[in-house]
Amino acid sequence: MPPKYHIATSQSPNRFQKITRSGIIAWEEGCLKCARCVKKDCVYQVYEKRNLDNRQMLDSLDSVCMDCFRCVQNCPNRLIHKGLNPSYKVLGDHYWTPEIISNLWFQAESGRIPVSGAGYGGPFSGPGFDAMWTDMSEIVRPTRDGIHGREYISTTVDIGRKVVALELGPDGDITSSAPPLVEIPLPVIFDMLPWSPPGDNIPLSFLYGARALGTFAIVRQSGLNPVIREFLPHAIIYVDGNPDDLGAQLLGSVRIIEIPNGEDAITLQNRFKSINPELIVIIRLRLGSKTPEQALALTAQGAEALHCVADEYGLEEGSDPLFIKERMKEVHLHLVDKGVRDQITLIGGGGVAMAEHMAKLIICGADALTIDIPLLVAMECRVCRRCKEGITCPVELDSVDPLWGSVRITNLMAGWHSQLLEILGAMGIREVRRLRGEMGRAMFFEDLERETFSAMGKRG
Amino acid sequence: MMDHFQFPEIKKAPSRFRNALGKYRVTITRACTNCGLCVELCPYGVYQAGSKRPKASCDHLCIGPSCSKNDFYCVDRCPEKAIHIRSNPTFEVLGDRRWPAELLAGTWHMAETGAIPHQDLNYKTGNSGGGFDKIRFVFPGKNGTGKTGTNDDISTAIELNRSGDSRPRITIPVPLYLGGMSFGSVSIVTMLSRVRAAVALNTFCCTGEGGYPEELMDYDDHIITQVATGLFGVREETIKRVRIVEFKYAQGAKPGLGGHLLGDKVTPRVAQMREAVAGSALFSPFPFHSVYSVEDHKKHVDWIKETNRKALVSVKVSTPTDVDMVVVGSYYAGAHIVQLDGSYGGTGAAPDIAKKNIAMPIEYALPKVHKFLLEEGIRDKITIIASGGIRSAYDMAKIIAMGADGVCLGTADLVALECIRCHHCESGRGCARGIATTDEELTGLMELEWGTQRIINMYSTWRAQLVNILKRLGMGSVTELVGRFDVLAHMDYIKEEEIEGELD
Ligand code: SF4
Ligand code: SF4
Repeated sequence: MPPKYHIATSQSPNRFQKITRSGIIAWEEGCLKCARCVKKDCVYQVYEKRNLDNRQMLDSLDSVCMDCFRCVQNCPNRLIHKGLNPSYKVLGDHYWTPEIISNLWFQAESGRIPVSGAGYGGPFSGPGFDAMWTDMSEIVRPTRDGIHGREYISTTVDIGRKVVALELGPDGDITSSAPPLVEIPLPVIFDMLPWSPPGDNIPLSFLYGARALGTFAIVRQSGLNPVIREFLPHAIIYVDGNPDDLGAQLLGSVRIIEIPNGEDAITLQNRFKSINPELIVIIRLRLGSKTPEQALALTAQGAEALHCVADEYGLEEGSDPLFIKERMKEVHLHLVDKGVRDQITLIGGGGVAMAEHMAKLIICGADALTIDIPLLVAMECRVCRRCKEGITCPVELDSVDPLWGSVRITNLMAGWHSQLLEILGAMGIREVRRLRGEMGRAMFFEDLERETFSAMGKRG
Repeated sequence: MMDHFQFPEIKKAPSRFRNALGKYRVTITRACTNCGLCVELCPYGVYQAGSKRPKASCDHLCIGPSCSKNDFYCVDRCPEKAIHIRSNPTFEVLGDRRWPAELLAGTWHMAETGAIPHQDLNYKTGNSGGGFDKIRFVFPGKNGTGKTGTNDDISTAIELNRSGDSRPRITIPVPLYLGGMSFGSVSIVTMLSRVRAAVALNTFCCTGEGGYPEELMDYDDHIITQVATGLFGVREETIKRVRIVEFKYAQGAKPGLGGHLLGDKVTPRVAQMREAVAGSALFSPFPFHSVYSVEDHKKHVDWIKETNRKALVSVKVSTPTDVDMVVVGSYYAGAHIVQLDGSYGGTGAAPDIAKKNIAMPIEYALPKVHKFLLEEGIRDKITIIASGGIRSAYDMAKIIAMGADGVCLGTADLVALECIRCHHCESGRGCARGIATTDEELTGLMELEWGTQRIINMYSTWRAQLVNILKRLGMGSVTELVGRFDVLAHMDYIKEEEIEGELD
C-alpha cells in the first residue's frame, strides 16, 4: 500500500470582513435599550463578539449571526428584524453563486468540509452539474472506510500516454517502451485564470500551493520570470509565444508542457519530445462540437494528453453551446467506442466550482481536471470581475502574500480531497481512476425525469 | 378496529416565544387613542388590549392586505388611521428552497391551531423547482366529483405487516410514523414529545441509533428501535421490548457515509446510553461490515426475529441507482417493511456534498421500486414507507399516489416544534431553539406537553387534508391511492390549458 496522501491544513483567517448571508439586524425606532437580546437571548454571544455598544443599537451589518431568530422572537417590544445582507445577494453571478463563493471561503479558511444539519435546503436540481446525482452502495459491496482513514482510497491519477498492451520479443523480452507518465496525487491541476489582478503574487500562490499538494499549476510562457522559474518542477508551461524561445535548458527541466491545438500540434509535440523524451505534452483545445472527432484524430496521431477547456460557466464554444459534462461524456464515449480511450489522458476544465463538480466531471469521462476561479476565491476573491475591467480589487488580491495564499489554496484542496473521498467511499470505489467514466452508476436528471414523470399528466 | 380509533383532541399550542413569526407585520403608531376597536374587530385574535395602546401580539394570524374586502378590516376602520400592515421583512431570511418561509409558517400554524392556515400561506409545496414542487393532484371535475358521505367513512389506516406470516398484523390509523432521531442528536424533550405524539396517534416513533432512554419505556408499544452499524445502545433487552425493530443500512441525508455524532453532543448521559466516552465523537461506520450479500442480510433479519418472536422487521435503506434490487433483496431476506429514505431529507449533521449529490430524491426512487415490485408480483407482500423530503400532507399524498404505502417523518416534527431551518443542529449548543441539542439549559426551553401537542396538532391537520384529498378523488381509503399515477400531473409534462381548473 502506498503511503497515505495527506494534506496538512491550518486555520487561515481572512484578511477582509467576510460577506455573510444573514446580514442585517435592525432595531426599529422605539427600542428601550433593554439589552435583553444582547445580553440574555443570544446563544452565540454574537453581540459581544461584535463589540456592539448596547447603548447604540441601530442597524448593524452582521457577520457572526447564526440566524436563530431568538432575538427577533423575544424582543419585548417586537422591534428587531432581520434582513438579507444586500452585499451577499449581489456576490458573483448566476453561476458563481453566493452559496458557492461562501462555501469556498469556508473551506479555504478552515480546511474543513462544509457540514450542516437539518437536511438539504437547496433546489431540486438545476442546469449543468446540478442535473446529476452520484451513486452509493447499500449492502452487498466491499467495505469502505476511507473517510475516517481506516481504509485506503487512492486519488492518484496519471498524466500521459498509456500503454495498452506490452509487446514481447521472440525470447520473451519486453520490446515496447513505456512512454513517460506523471503521477499527481489528486486529480486537479491549477489552470491559468480567465481574469485576475495583475502581478506575480497570484501565480506564485498557485505555484506554492501546487508544490505543497504535489500537483501542477499552468503558467504562460509569456509570464515566465526568474521567480516563477524556481517552481519549474510544479509548473506546466503553456506555450503562448514562440516555441523556439523556450530553450533546451528549460525544456529539460520541466516535466509537462501545454500547447494550443493547431495544425502542427503533433509536430510541435514531437519536436519538444525529441529534446526531452521524458517531457509530457498536453494539447489544449477549446471544447466544442468538434472535440470528439479532434480527440480521436489526435489520439491516433500519438497525442498524450488532451485538455478540453470550456469557459468560466462550463460552456463550450459555438452558438448553441453544450455544458462541459455533456460534451466530455461524448468525447469519452467516442474514444471508448473506437477502442482508444485508455491510450490517452483527458483533462477537462472550465466551470468547475465545487468539489462535487470534480467527481461529476470524472464520472463523465475526464481523468483529471483543471480549476481556476475557485483558487482565486480561496484567497477571498468576490467574483466581482472588477479586475477584468482594470479596476482595483476590493480585497487587494494583487498584494496577497503568496505563502498565505498557498495555505488558503491548500486548505481548499484538502476540503475537496475529503469530499472526493466521501463520494468514492459512498460508491464503494477505492480509487479515483475507477470513477472515470462510471456513468452507469451516476444518475442523470433527464433520464430520471423521463422514466418517472413523462407518463404523468398525459390523460385521455 | 382502526375505523373507530379516537383521534386525539386538538388543543391550542401557541409559539413558545414571545413573538411568533408570520407573513405580515402589524404596527400601531402613536396616533392610537386606545379606543380598542381593533381588538373587537379582528376575528383572528391578532390584537390584545394594552395599557397605552393595543398590542398586535399575534400578527402571525393576520391575513394581510387581502382583509381589505372585509368589513372588519382594522386598517380602514381605525378612526385614527394608526394601523399599518406590511409584509414581514424577516420572511426574506427565513427558510430555504425546500422549506420556504411560507411552508414553515403554514406548518407552525397547523402545529399551533390544528387547522389549515387561514392566511394566504402556501403550506402545500416548497420552492425547490422540481419533484413534489412540480407535481399536482388532478381532481375529477373542477372541484372533484367527490365522495359523498362523511369524513369518518374515509379510512387513512395502513397495515404494516402484509407478509402473511404468523407475526402480528399491525394497523396504524394514519399512513405515517415518526423516523429515527437519536438521543444525543435531539434533546430528551424532543424525543419524548415525538414518542408521546406517536402514542396519541396510535402510530410509532423510532429511537434512532443512540440507545433507549428509560423515559421511553412507558411507551414501548409505540417504539421502533433501531439497529445500525455502531450498535449504540442496542441490547437484546431493547430488541425484546418493542413491536418493530428497524435495521438502518443507510440514511438519506448522508447515503453511504454512516453516522457521526460530534464530540460536544456526547454528554455524560449520551455517552452512558451509548456505552461510549463523554466528549468523544462517535462514528457509526458504513456499511454493516458483516453484510456482503442478501444472505448475510437475511441472517441479520433472522437474528432479530429469533430474539423477538413477535416483532416486525423494518429495513431502512437509501436510494442508489439499483434501489429496486435492494428492496427486493430485503423482501427475500424477510423484512416486513422497507423504508426508502430519499436523498434530500434527514436531520442530523451531514456533509453538504452528500446531502445534495449522493443518491436520488425519493420522487424518483419510489416509483422505480413500486413498479419493480409489481412486476415481480410481490408488491402486496411488503409495506413500503417513503421518507426523506416529505414536508407536507400534500407531499405525503403525492408519494402514496406514486407507490408508497405510507411515510416516515422527521424534519416536519422539528418544524412543528418551531425549528427554523437554520441548519446548525450539528453542533452541541448549535440549536438555539432547544430542539436538536443536548445542552441542559437549551433543552429547558421546551415543555413536554407543549411539544407533544404541537406534533399531534400538525399530524391531525395532515390527516384532515389527506381525507379531503381522498374525498375529492372519490376514494374511500388511502390504500386505494397507492400507485395511482393517473391522479397526478407533473407541470413540465402537462399543457397550460390543462392546468387551469384542474390542479390544486
Ligand atoms: S475580488 Fe473582484 S477584482 Fe478582486 S480578484 Fe476577484 S474578481 Fe477580481
Ligand atoms: S439547529 Fe436550527 S435547523 Fe437544527 S433543529 Fe435547531 S432550529 Fe432546527
